[in-house]
Amino acid sequence: MPGTTDCPWHGAPPGVEGTLKMLEALQYEFMRNALMAGLLASVACGIVGVYVVVKKVVFISGGIAHAAFGGIGLGYYLGINPITGALLFSLASGLGIGVITSRTRIAADTAIGILWAVGMALGVVFIYLTPGFAPDLMGYLFGSILTVPFSDIVLMLVLVLVIIGITVALYKEYLIVCFDEEYGTAVGMPVEKLYFLLLAMIALTVVVLIQVVGMILVIALLTFPAAMARQFTHNMKSMMLLSVLFGFLFTMGGLWLSYVLRLPSGATIVLFGGLVLAASLGFSRLRTRQHEAKKAA
Amino acid sequence: MNAPALVELKDIRVNYGEVPALEDVSLTVYEHDFLGIIGPNGGGKSTLLKVVLGLVKPERGSVSVFGRPPEQARNRVGYVSQRSFFDRDFPASVWDVVLMGRYSSAGIVRRYGDRDKHQAEKALAMVGMLEQRNKQIGMLSGGEQQRVFVARALCAGPGLLLLDEPTASIDSTMQTEFYELLEELKYSLTIVMVSHDIGAVSVYVDKIACLNRRMYYHGSREITPDILEATYKCPVQLIAHGTVPHRVLKEH
Repeated sequence: MPGTTDCPWHGAPPGVEGTLKMLEALQYEFMRNALMAGLLASVACGIVGVYVVVKKVVFISGGIAHAAFGGIGLGYYLGINPITGALLFSLASGLGIGVITSRTRIAADTAIGILWAVGMALGVVFIYLTPGFAPDLMGYLFGSILTVPFSDIVLMLVLVLVIIGITVALYKEYLIVCFDEEYGTAVGMPVEKLYFLLLAMIALTVVVLIQVVGMILVIALLTFPAAMARQFTHNMKSMMLLSVLFGFLFTMGGLWLSYVLRLPSGATIVLFGGLVLAASLGFSRLRTRQHEAKKAA
Repeated sequence: MNAPALVELKDIRVNYGEVPALEDVSLTVYEHDFLGIIGPNGGGKSTLLKVVLGLVKPERGSVSVFGRPPEQARNRVGYVSQRSFFDRDFPASVWDVVLMGRYSSAGIVRRYGDRDKHQAEKALAMVGMLEQRNKQIGMLSGGEQQRVFVARALCAGPGLLLLDEPTASIDSTMQTEFYELLEELKYSLTIVMVSHDIGAVSVYVDKIACLNRRMYYHGSREITPDILEATYKCPVQLIAHGTVPHRVLKEH
């Protein structure tokens, strides 16, 4: 299975004993890096995920994530860090989708389809052209939070700081852009530029998340925590804070489960998050029904 | 006796591609006017408002708002758009939405200050929605939401309120209530309202302009069926508001 091959605790016993082993593992560098990566990923996906969900650009984000594969391939081909390539490609595809949808008559979902497929095809070709074996490829596709090198943690930290900076500076602007773009235009806001910047933020977030859950599953961390947070608040700031919290819960809970169940970490994080989200949605639905029944009675 | 002119449009021409949207349109709005602009769909009503907001640049003609180019007058102009489609679950309270009206005054990146909050409070009180300020915007009824959007426009501190089909998305009882709100506001404001609701416009506004690419009439609210016919290019039946005492459309 992808993901398990790189698992340093492969063969650890399941259950309580395994959990203790995991806590023991915290003293190792790879475990501390995993914790840092999880934390940074939670902050990025918590903040930007709220915009993605509220502005309904989930599939644009999916397109950006998959187009990033072209950059990973380019990284291998040029012999540079594939994450750097992914950063270039995700930024380019994000802005590409923005320009195509605002300057041409091509519909947004068509633009997403084009960039999604072309990006992935480029990745396949680049990897094919690269002599020898592409190490860690499975990690980029499906995530490997346990093998994130320290240099990538530093890059993730920089990207997260950029995201926090933009969000703090332009919070009131993005509230308007997400709520009512037309009104923003009417009061003279640079709506289009802000939208492009949002796409760039999504691109940065994709890069932060790639190592945690893999590019194919990035979309899960961009949507689950925000969707979960939405049930508990109608304030965008609180929604972001809650969403960061849930993101951290999902990554760490999933990581723990992958350890005791000996499953690949990226996919387990996604499945665990999906399960918690489904349970919480079901529960709140039940509560509204009870509430309505009480009202009717 | 004339009040000062807030908006002056002279010989405006706007083209959308090959198709002219507005031709030779001139219009003056004086302080404390309550002007209704009626006309068929696609007649350029919304375009005219966009010209006043400085969002559409006319090919010909001159525009002046508060004696300035329209882009520079934006922080004195409040705008309520035709439709506000937003997600009912959107994470914003009434308060959040009203504060958006202070965007032009606060400026990009800057935070809303005490003055902005004070203005927002005042505007909410004016439309009678201050007590609901902490409610989620999507939980309000259509009529209440429209009140909040008017408050958002008001708290820009405008001397001029532009309304684009403000009652299109609310039911008829709410519409009456909404027009009554405008009746109160018109004493402290200048209002330009675009509408296809000829009946309501003729009851509540003080002046009427008929627009179908060209301006067919502009003046007091006593319009004749001939003018309406010229505007709409077909006979229009005036709906009599039998018991409404201030019914003004002349019988012919």
